Parts: sequence; C-alpha cells; structure tokens
Amino acid sequence: MSNWELASDILGWVFIISGSIFMLIGAYGALRLPDFWTRLHAVSVTDTGGVLLLTAGMVMQSPDWLIAVKLVFIGVFLFITGPTASHAVANAALVSGLMPKGEVMPGTTGKEAKAMGATSEEKSY
Amino acid sequence: MVRILFGASGLVALWLLMSGLWDKPLILIFGAISIVLTMWITIRMDEADGEQLAFAIKPFATVKYVIWLLAEIAKSNLAVSKIILSGRMPERQKLFMVPVSCKSEIAQVMFANSITLTPGTITVETENDQFIVHALDFSDEDMDGLADMDARVAAVESSVQS
Repeated sequence: MSNWELASDILGWVFIISGSIFMLIGAYGALRLPDFWTRLHAVSVTDTGGVLLLTAGMVMQSPDWLIAVKLVFIGVFLFITGPTASHAVANAALVSGLMPKGEVMPGTTGKEAKAMGATSEEKSY
Repeated sequence: MVRILFGASGLVALWLLMSGLWDKPLILIFGAISIVLTMWITIRMDEADGEQLAFAIKPFATVKYVIWLLAEIAKSNLAVSKIILSGRMPERQKLFMVPVSCKSEIAQVMFANSITLTPGTITVETENDQFIVHALDFSDEDMDGLADMDARVAAVESSVQS
C-alpha cells in the first residue's frame, strides 16, 4: 500500500466517521427539538453535513474510479433534491397554516408573515 | 443537428460511465437501443413545444460560489449541531422576509436552495422580489449574511437573460 493510498484511506475514514456523527446529531435533534419548524432544521444537518461527508468518505474508499464517479453523481443529485424537498415540506406547512410554536420573537409569527403578503394560495401556477 | 449529435454522444458517455462494461456485445446493443429511443423521444418533444432551457449562469463563477457555499454549510452545520447538543430549547426561531436581487429563475432557485442547504435557515415561500425564510436561531447578522449570499448569487448570474 503506497503512501497515497494510505492517506486517502485514513481521510476516507475520517470523513465517514464525522459524517456518521452528524447523522446521529441530526437524528437526535429531530427527536429533541420542540416543533415542526425546528425539527426541519435538525434534519437539514443530516441532509448536508451527514450526506456530503459520507459520500466524500465513500469516494475516498471506493476501489476504482467508476464507483467514485457514481458516488459523485449521487452526491450532486442529493445536493439539489435535498433542499428542494425540504422547501416543499416547509411550504406545505406554511400554506396549511402550521405556525412556529414556543417562544417566538414578537411580531414575527407566520400569521403576520402571511399578512405581509405571503399569499401562496392565490399564486397561479 | 449539432444538438442531436451532442446529446447522443453525451448519452453514450454517460451510459458507458454508469455501466462500466465495454466488452459484452449484448449489453452494448441494449445500451445503443436505449440511447436511440431516448434521442427519438427528445426530438419528438422538441417538435411538440420547441422550448429550450437556457442556463444564464457563468460556469467558473458558479464553481467558485459552490466552494464558498460548502464552507458556509460546514460553518452552520457546526452552529446547528451546537444548538441541538446544548440542551436548551431554541427560543429565537423566526419567520422573516429576505429581499432578492437576482432576476433570472435559475439564480433565484440557486439562492433559495442555498438558503435551505445552509442548516439553520429554510426558504419557506418564494415570491418575485422576496423570500420568506425561517431561521432556527435568528440574529441580526443573519440578515447581513443572507444579503451577502444574495450578492454572490447575483454575481454568478450572467447578464444574458433567458
């Protein structure tokens, strides 16, 4: 095993382990945080930190470049579809009237955001 | 015709890359059939609507932007992880408006997706000149950060409008 292979092996394991830690933190946050909106933020940690680090680690560990290219494709697609899906979920929550609960800063609740002009129901698609 | 040739050679390259098989005639024939079928459908669709997608962004500036975005994602991942592990409930969640200066649809999609990709902020609603964003732990620096991100996306957007 050459020095280069050893370095990429070690780096790959560092990425995989730190990605797994972010996955666990995100899962813990999704259970611990109080309401839908804050839980969505916890899930976005698994969506970015976890997924990106894990795919990067797997690229480092992959035995040949064909597999590495496929992993890069998977990473790029998750990078685009992940936030799009989160946005769709958050938008559905706002449209159906689910507002942030708990101690929200005064004057900033979703109802007032709606009154400010966020009338998605009237938008014509 | 040039577009058809470009499309077909791109599909051949993608197919070989994904399968990784160069020496099995039967598989290669299946690949060729599927590429011809795809090109035929593409040509038919062009006849149907004739609408072309234009990506009005600068390629090199986009790569630079993505690298900057990855650094931002790393930073805010650590910040949100700290909030999750801190044991206190987040008290400063907030829905707020963010002004958007980029005009083209592709740049607006990039900006909205960048906000959502950065942990701690999610784009909830998009309108023409402003987004509604939900932040987990709002502070006044967030507005400056988002304005900075908006300026960077606007710099990526090329002047050629789609």
